[in-house]
Amino acid sequence: MNHVSHIDETNVVIAMKDIVKKFGNFTANDHINLTVHKGEVHAILGENGAGKSTLMNVLYGLYKPTSGSIEINGKAVELSGPKHAISLGIGMVHQHFMLIQPFTVTENIVLGVEPAKAGFVVDTKTAKAKVMELSEKYGMAIDPDAKIEDISVGMQQRVEILKVLYRGAQTLILDEPTASLTPQEIDELMEIIDNLTKDGKSVILITHKLKEIKAASDYCTIIRQGKYIDTVKVSEVTENDLAAMMVGREVNFVVEKEEAKPEETVLEIKDLHAIDYRGVEILKGFNLNVRRGEIVGIAGVDGNGQTELVEILTGLKKATGGSVTILGQEMLNKTPKEMFDAGVSSIPADRQKHGLILQFSIEDNLILQHYNEEPFSKKGFLDRKVIRKQATELQEKFDIRPRNSEAKPAIQLSGGNQQKVIIAREVTNNKDLLIAVNPTRGLDVGAIEFVHKYIVEQRDKNKAVLLVSFELDEIMSLSDRIEVIFDGQINGSVSAADADEKELGFMMAGGKKDE
Amino acid sequence: MSSKKVEALTAGLMSVLSIIIGFAVGAIFLMAAGLSPAVVYGKLVDSVFGKPKFLVWTLMYASPIMLTGLSVAFSFKTGVFNIGAEGQFVVGALTATFLGIALKLPAGIHAIVCMLGAAAAGFVWSMVVGIMKVKRGIHEVLSFIMFNWLAFYLSNYVVNLEYIHKEGGGEASKDVAETARILFPESMLKATDCTGGNWGILIAIVLAIVVWIVLEKTVLGYNLKAVGANRFAAEFGGIDANKSILTALGISGALSGLGGAVQILGIGGRLAQFAGQEGYGFEGISVALIGSSNPIGCIFSAFFYGAMKYGGTKLSLVKAPAEIVNIIMGCVVFVIAIQAIFKPGFKKLTRKTSKIQ
Repeated sequence: MNHVSHIDETNVVIAMKDIVKKFGNFTANDHINLTVHKGEVHAILGENGAGKSTLMNVLYGLYKPTSGSIEINGKAVELSGPKHAISLGIGMVHQHFMLIQPFTVTENIVLGVEPAKAGFVVDTKTAKAKVMELSEKYGMAIDPDAKIEDISVGMQQRVEILKVLYRGAQTLILDEPTASLTPQEIDELMEIIDNLTKDGKSVILITHKLKEIKAASDYCTIIRQGKYIDTVKVSEVTENDLAAMMVGREVNFVVEKEEAKPEETVLEIKDLHAIDYRGVEILKGFNLNVRRGEIVGIAGVDGNGQTELVEILTGLKKATGGSVTILGQEMLNKTPKEMFDAGVSSIPADRQKHGLILQFSIEDNLILQHYNEEPFSKKGFLDRKVIRKQATELQEKFDIRPRNSEAKPAIQLSGGNQQKVIIAREVTNNKDLLIAVNPTRGLDVGAIEFVHKYIVEQRDKNKAVLLVSFELDEIMSLSDRIEVIFDGQINGSVSAADADEKELGFMMAGGKKDE
Repeated sequence: MSSKKVEALTAGLMSVLSIIIGFAVGAIFLMAAGLSPAVVYGKLVDSVFGKPKFLVWTLMYASPIMLTGLSVAFSFKTGVFNIGAEGQFVVGALTATFLGIALKLPAGIHAIVCMLGAAAAGFVWSMVVGIMKVKRGIHEVLSFIMFNWLAFYLSNYVVNLEYIHKEGGGEASKDVAETARILFPESMLKATDCTGGNWGILIAIVLAIVVWIVLEKTVLGYNLKAVGANRFAAEFGGIDANKSILTALGISGALSGLGGAVQILGIGGRLAQFAGQEGYGFEGISVALIGSSNPIGCIFSAFFYGAMKYGGTKLSLVKAPAEIVNIIMGCVVFVIAIQAIFKPGFKKLTRKTSKIQ
């Protein structure tokens, strides 16, 4: 998609100058500048923990800067809080939506600023009319009476955007807006952003996805380790330039791998059936096999049975029927321990829920499946020396930062490093099948490159790898074979070599390959 | 300094600060009642440290609540909330009393059998609640509170059975056999000029160290803490979470049950009919909180609580109400409960001081 600029470079709406924000001895923002014009899409790029969110929280009035100045519409301001920022036309759409599930779209949008009849009765009619007016103006079709719990993630995001527009936002901060969207929804979002800027609104886009920056923004400010690196005109730089500025070194985007040489079947799934938490059938005769030496990617829109599939394979959920074999051994409806012992290790989708015990130290997290085995423990007592030694080695090998943090609780690590702890553990387990679920979700390009390298390495060590990801790019670049899941079944299979994003998107939406 | 040490030191400082605040608030109430805090607190200190025998009495007050404190601290560390220490204490006391009356065994062995029986009773009493939790998802806090009352009425029922009840009136059981008692030998008592004094404190301190080792050094501790901290990740890693929860609750219950035995075999010698819940289990919650759920911390906090309980009984000598102790303890626990407000600042302070050193 080509970006059409609506920027008015004569009209500066936001100017943040020399912003410094310190937390104790830690400097999260070190003299950062940001200038946003009317009608501009300004991307803010940086690794996890680079200080993007801190900067936005300063602009949104949540943090007071240690030093530096903020001008909004040419007037120096000292923000007292989000309320103040909102009154000055700044709106924020958080990555994790803040909506009330059982309320309707309209109710959520007007929440807190409801139009009232006689001073206290909510005037639903006026509210709905206003919401509809906004949604039409910016091309955001939405059902004002639908309940949030019944609408898709993409729709929920529209509600969030309408919410800030309803409050009179001139500048919208979108924090990682595409993190949980499907490719189609991303396209629609880009259109919405275009409509907004056409109308003179400005958009600040926080993201680590370079493709989206290229596709949608005018300028990009790069932050690295809290420091201001540069502000560049997006049309004048390449994705590689941006990545190098963000990480501080050249980044390899293409996953380098040889052609797969698949061997014996490790995982075979036949006619698998399962019901979801509501009791509705979600897997409806699912078939799949994964062989040694290949990465099989499952592409699909969230909610088509991937989650349940992985839960069954890792022993967290019971299937209602079918067969799952690991190396020829029937393993349907076993416990997590039995699945692990049979040869399944996994990088779970929710690293903080299933992957790590956040209060535990890094070294203790690394022995989660082996704490009661030699050499980590003998006769019921943990051998701290051996545990520490392994942790030190793995920290080095998997570049878990900061170093010498073996005894620190995992909660203190950044998301990327938490993921590295899990990968270090699961790769070291050396099992026949590795299941990786959204393994790079929320990670920056440097960390993504790293994770991908290790997944390919597992394949090259003649392991079978099952990759489940909502990132189509990741599926396409990492897999050797792509299976599309739709409505609880495999809807088609393509070899990664001749996969095409459009075709996959079509199949993910239920279309058949050859139609 | 490792983060663990900073954490422990911060917790220790927090407890000391809360105790100071507790006493300060107590002083305000004393002055409002026209009493001199210096005199009252002086008496409190004197009645604990004034004579060796006072100290022995303090230790006697401390030992049962050290065990219930350990019980609660263990449950906190393993992610369950044992608010049922009271009930486990009571069934432990009841079992120890019954075995102390019914069995005829040589001295020492008899006491050990009584204590094991009491621990087993606490174990089972807590385990039943655990089974309801893992099988049916019934929250342990609710069932524990009900089980406290079940224990209460069960105890009063048993005490009034003919076989158990004291002959010739009195609202208590018969005395347990001398062979079941855990008193200090006569010679030791004479040396310190004590009327009481028993091995309970030693048992409690040893168990505090054992519990610390189990939690920090063993595979079992790893397993239980993992489930307590994040049962999903633990299960995902292959740990049987339900089994761990049951084990944690069982051990916690056993510690409280043992507390009941120490009370009977060391101090009471018989089980009285209760008019109301006696509170040893609930005091254990305070002990665990003041000791920041650290088993070693519980040794100190139980000693403090024991001193306050014992010292409080003598305050009438300076015409101060014994309830002042409750005000102080209430404030201490309150400050600990709201410590999240001060904690960040305190952590900084600990780090700074440790750097200077």
